[in-house]
Amino acid sequence: MRKFENIKPVYSRKVRKVIEENYRVKTIEIEHDMRDALPGQFLMVWVPGEGERPMSIGNSNPLTISVASVGKVSSKLHELRAGDMVSYRGPFGRPFRIPKDAKSMLVIGGGYGVVPMYFLARVAKQNGMGVYSVVGGKTGKDIIWEKQLFTVSKEAFITTDDGSRGKKGTVMIEAEWLIGEKKIDQVYACGPEKMMLAAAKVCHDHGMPCQVSVERHMKCGVGICGSCDINGHLCCQDGPVFTGEEVLSMPDFGKRKRDASGKNVDI
Amino acid sequence: MASLECEFFGRKLKNPIILASGVLGMTRESLERSCNSGCGTVTTKSLSMEPRKGHEGPNIVETECGLLNAMGYPNPGIEEGLKEFSGWKREEPLIISIVGKDRKEFSALAETIENQGDELNASAVEAVLSCPHTPGYGTMAGQGAAESVADITSAIKENTKLPLIIKLSPSVPGVVKAAGAARDAGADAINMGNSLGPGMKIDIHRKMPVLGFGMGGLSGPPIKPVAVRCVYDITSSVDIPVIGTGGINAGVDAIEMMMAGASWTGVGTAVYYRGPEAFDLIAREMNVWLDMYGYSSIDEIKGAVHEEIRKH
Repeated sequence: MRKFENIKPVYSRKVRKVIEENYRVKTIEIEHDMRDALPGQFLMVWVPGEGERPMSIGNSNPLTISVASVGKVSSKLHELRAGDMVSYRGPFGRPFRIPKDAKSMLVIGGGYGVVPMYFLARVAKQNGMGVYSVVGGKTGKDIIWEKQLFTVSKEAFITTDDGSRGKKGTVMIEAEWLIGEKKIDQVYACGPEKMMLAAAKVCHDHGMPCQVSVERHMKCGVGICGSCDINGHLCCQDGPVFTGEEVLSMPDFGKRKRDASGKNVDI
Repeated sequence: MASLECEFFGRKLKNPIILASGVLGMTRESLERSCNSGCGTVTTKSLSMEPRKGHEGPNIVETECGLLNAMGYPNPGIEEGLKEFSGWKREEPLIISIVGKDRKEFSALAETIENQGDELNASAVEAVLSCPHTPGYGTMAGQGAAESVADITSAIKENTKLPLIIKLSPSVPGVVKAAGAARDAGADAINMGNSLGPGMKIDIHRKMPVLGFGMGGLSGPPIKPVAVRCVYDITSSVDIPVIGTGGINAGVDAIEMMMAGASWTGVGTAVYYRGPEAFDLIAREMNVWLDMYGYSSIDEIKGAVHEEIRKH
């Protein structure tokens, strides 16, 4: 049971560094060693006067998030400079699980879905696991964090939809080849939902265990408001990491999501 | 094992635990899950005339003495909402929660529900007149005052045959008068309890209120004594059944609430403290307590405080 004395505070810490990744993504390093943060978990990042959004944790020390400028909260986060204050609560959610006997893994990151994949790969490598990675994007400009990810990977691959970098096509071209070719114990994916659906299906067909990170409209972050529901599963509490078998049993996965009012709309 | 079975407008409940409105009940599947996790009956998210996105976040902040929330009634609107919940099949009855700005809106909401006919298969309507943090609704619109309660209650009763529960606020004075007005206007039950307040949590680093709306309702164990007192007061003088809601986190809390006179007990924030299995845990704890002290049924302790006080 949660105790009153160990509630999660709202942290306000200084920005250590801001890195411009591409035309729409910035990475923010925070002066905070968040020791209880695990790969796959998220923060609720607060911009006073604007709002609060869930963001994947890209590293625990320094605490790192990558922000795509897509709305009013994220565009305010893009204005942050080193030394400015940033506020957030967390870490929240069920992290990626690494089975005890797993020796090697494949991580698949689409767009800025690569962010939690790096954190996971780094932790896995520290634990002596072999990491294969595939990073994909629409164009070469959408590929981010590949250098960080490659430093912790045994082998790494890039794909783009238009072929401007790496192999032309989706991440699954390389991923399916790796699953067939290499000895891999566990697959992890984060990115657009249709990509994760494809990954879950391919893994299912190969009898390969798989975990994906699902995004829904989160409001409370602590499993009470119900906004992030996907077919009775709470994304903030039961997820955001679900197994491939779990998401394949969710009729809405890859197809529909709840908007801010709770209406079920097509993705 | 002591029996927790009780009655709810002609339906039999496995226990008196009700999923409080606003918690989890955004989708049919999450309501079904709450039934599987031990709820005797469940309440939907509150539905309004038009879809509402709710307040900008943060919507919830943890404090050292309970949760502070300002959701702002996110819901897809009555039409879409009834599509979501219509054709309810579980043995645990369904309560449709509604929120409106005035008599006219509540009338229209009730009419929309009634037009669904038997298709909907809901067992009651709950009108929330007590939200402390949404302009135009609840206590911010003065809906907790007795005249307003009577006005809205009669408007809903004119338009639906379903049993009507009026949800009152512990934050405004005169709950007994308001409950009496609801009864006189035809309400079938009172839900005594909503979050307390509004309150405010300030982040001292940012010098700003944390909640996007600035203020919000306090819930969780700290508000239980207020809720228990309100239930005691109402059941002392108003003769319709009461749902006791506010700060119920464990079996003994629910026992206390029912001793104060509640016929059922609403549970919400316990989901935050104890997880989605909170309902089942509370039911089991109630059972253990009743067994331990030699009661065979929950009926034996209902309103026990009223009887005991009379003896002294």
